[in-house]
Amino acid sequence: MISRSTVLLSLVAWLAVGAAGHAAAAPAPAPAVAAALTDLTGDDADKREAAVSVIGQTRDPKWIQFLSALRDGSVYTRARSGKTELVVGGAKATKGDQDVIDIASAYEREPLGTVPLTDLKEVPADRRLRLAIKPFLDADETQAQLANADPNVRRGAAVRLGNQAVAAAAPVVEEALKRESDRWVRHALAEALALIQLASGTPAQRAAAARSLGDLHSESAVPALQRLVADPAASPAERAAAVTAIRGIERWGLLTRTVETLFQGASLASILLLMALGLAVVFGLMGVINMAHGELMALGAYSTFVVQNWFRATWPSHFDSYFLVALPVSFLVAAAVGLVLERGVIRFLYGRPLETLLLTWGASLIIQQGLRLWFGAANVDVSSPSWLSGGVPVMVGLTLPYNRVFIIGLATAAVAAMYWLLFRTNAGLRIRAVTQNRAMSSCLGVRAGFVDATTFAFGAGLAGLAGCALTQIGNVGPSLGQNYIVDSFMVVVTGGVGKLAGTILASAGLGGLTKGIEPALGAVFGKVAILVGVILFLQRRPAGLFATRGRNAEA
Amino acid sequence: MPKREAVALGIAAIVVSVVLPLCNMLPAGSPLAISNFTLNLFGKFLTYAILALGLDLLWGYAGVLSLGHGVFFGLGAYAMGMHLMLEIGSKSVYQSALPDFMVWNQVKSLPLFWWPFHSGAFTLLAIVLVPALFGFAFGYLAFRSRIRGVYFSIITQALALSAWLVFNRNEMNLGGTNGLADFKTVFGFPLSQQATQRGLYVLTALTLIVAYVLCRWITLTRAGKVLVAIRDSETRVLFSGYSPAAYKLFVFVVSAVLAGVAGALYAPQVGIITPAKIGVLPSIEMVVWVAAGGRGTLYGAVLGAFGVNWIQSWLTTSYPDLWLLFLGGLFMGAVLFFPDGVVGALGRLGARARRIVSRRADPAAATPSVSLGRPTP
Repeated sequence: MISRSTVLLSLVAWLAVGAAGHAAAAPAPAPAVAAALTDLTGDDADKREAAVSVIGQTRDPKWIQFLSALRDGSVYTRARSGKTELVVGGAKATKGDQDVIDIASAYEREPLGTVPLTDLKEVPADRRLRLAIKPFLDADETQAQLANADPNVRRGAAVRLGNQAVAAAAPVVEEALKRESDRWVRHALAEALALIQLASGTPAQRAAAARSLGDLHSESAVPALQRLVADPAASPAERAAAVTAIRGIERWGLLTRTVETLFQGASLASILLLMALGLAVVFGLMGVINMAHGELMALGAYSTFVVQNWFRATWPSHFDSYFLVALPVSFLVAAAVGLVLERGVIRFLYGRPLETLLLTWGASLIIQQGLRLWFGAANVDVSSPSWLSGGVPVMVGLTLPYNRVFIIGLATAAVAAMYWLLFRTNAGLRIRAVTQNRAMSSCLGVRAGFVDATTFAFGAGLAGLAGCALTQIGNVGPSLGQNYIVDSFMVVVTGGVGKLAGTILASAGLGGLTKGIEPALGAVFGKVAILVGVILFLQRRPAGLFATRGRNAEA
Repeated sequence: MPKREAVALGIAAIVVSVVLPLCNMLPAGSPLAISNFTLNLFGKFLTYAILALGLDLLWGYAGVLSLGHGVFFGLGAYAMGMHLMLEIGSKSVYQSALPDFMVWNQVKSLPLFWWPFHSGAFTLLAIVLVPALFGFAFGYLAFRSRIRGVYFSIITQALALSAWLVFNRNEMNLGGTNGLADFKTVFGFPLSQQATQRGLYVLTALTLIVAYVLCRWITLTRAGKVLVAIRDSETRVLFSGYSPAAYKLFVFVVSAVLAGVAGALYAPQVGIITPAKIGVLPSIEMVVWVAAGGRGTLYGAVLGAFGVNWIQSWLTTSYPDLWLLFLGGLFMGAVLFFPDGVVGALGRLGARARRIVSRRADPAAATPSVSLGRPTP
């Protein structure tokens, strides 16, 4: 524990030395450093640690390199002309019966030739010493990161500097801010600068920093601002600025949280919609509740997994595009299984919805267990393509993950395609005809059996598509379908039979409601509340949002 | 009750509730002896059979398919389990008056809703009343708004899922995922003694017989006829001036109570009750007992509960991977090939055999069979 506090103390001392340390970049070490180097070779642990601080505080890149070498255990002492000299070891070799090593001078790294290892004595770097060295190396690394080509790395470094709020870093941040062109990195840098000034500036600077943090909506500055408010030494102007800033930040936080909840609601609604679309169209057309729908989703997810593995094995350079292939593949796999299911068994049971329900449940158990036997009971790993990882920062404190945005887009596309199919094509006309009056459409020459089969396959394919999309946001395992299936049934029941608009509205409502009440009730009781809500809703509208009216209502 | 069924019931009742326990009392070496394990297993099956009776009454007669009966089973089992937990007293691992799981969960005092379960009489009442009230509330809301068919099934499935989620939570103070277990005594009788277990078995068998007679009586009354009419055409029943909702609610509550009683008999015999018994999968498995045995017959449900679970206990020990495949196949097979279950299939087989025999005996009298459709219940 002593070491921690010493390190902190030394960091504070570093603030005092500040940029002056740069002056020490002369070939002959400053007296303080020379003394520190002597201490380093000694046995007193406290002195050695203090010595590391002194050397680190020079902030001289070459001394930092020396510390890095020290941490790695490649700093040695050798006795030369009656004095002890510090050297840095390089490559080791064996010459004859002797181990030899290349050495270089400690600061300039001038090669000093190759000497037998026995002439040298290693300067030990125990855990305590390494801990003392680490902050200096990290600070050095952060500076390097500020010049990185990747804006995310630069942003991360800026955030770290802001959290450390070390005064000496201010010039570095200011300089980086001048160079920086990326909006979000600039924001992080400005935030870091304000945090630094808040921690160590003059009262006027602190007030200004508080104001600017308020303008930046900096959520991470709230603790520091609260400390300022509570600080008895703070001037009224500072305190007022801090209070205003905190209020502004909190208001902004409320706004971002609201937007985030809305977005999460929309994202959940899209997932529900993707799942319920296929379910609803099949239910509307054939009155069949497809209990195997969840397992068809799992099939889609596993197809994605297989395609991913295939790309990784045979075409690693184009790995990122695997997902584009997986989308149609998962649709086709699930559609094929759906077709087999419909032609194989379900068609014998039309008009007996409860039996079909049990039958498809049986099919779901078989598919599920089959997946478990084939791929193993453990979850499999599906990695996101790089263009779906990360997110788009839309406002301060809010980043929308690409995968969620993608799912919302996919659901929208699926709905649009569904509308187009149902209301703009001949096939859709037939589907709607059979949905309305099966016997009459048959009489008029619509092949009802064919319509059933293709619609079922299409619904199953949508489930596969949903499964493919789910690989990007959740676990892929044999029981994947079970986790979502009841929710999508609730959507279908709430939406009403065979009404696309009802399905869309119900998934939007249930998705939004779930995310809305989850923070208050928790996931489990939120789900229970949703069930109670659905039952109560059905009191008012027993056949869902958009009930079929007229003579078709009582089938 | 038809005379043939009464005779069969009498014989079955004697075998199950008298002969089997007597066989269990024989010394282990004798050829007719039934091991403690087997008797215990049968006891478990009998509780399932009680539940299946209620489910058959609901589905086979009234045509209402509930996929959430695990919840009512769980309510009864947990009510019993709570009393048994309290009966342990301070003989538990932590020697606290509180159940062990509360000690783990840092619950300092017994939650208020646990207090009444100190009383055995209250517990017996709760076993009946809690499922009944819950079933009434749920059924009232569902049937009043005419939620029927697959809609009702899906809502009950969501009920099973919600109940499972809730019972899994530690803050419900019902033992969370681990449920209630480590019972020591039941109403003072030590559960570790075979005599107690045998007594529980006989009690279960007698309950099953009473439940069977009760269900049969319901189906033979006019109300039973209305139930079948509702199954076949609910709208027509409604237009004839009956209230299908009231009949359905009645039979739903009866089946909920039977499920609760089954659960209460299950807990002490199996020695543990966890949320895993009330989830979506166990609830729908109960339906397949009825479907496989033959619905709308009552005895089919009993046979189905017995048979399916026997196969399950054999498969899960010998071929654990196959059980779910078999169960899935059973669902599909029962629906596709044996819509009236094993009982119906056997009945048709018997009818065909009789016809062949009678044709041989008297070729002139052999008339083409009128209908081999589903036997009217």
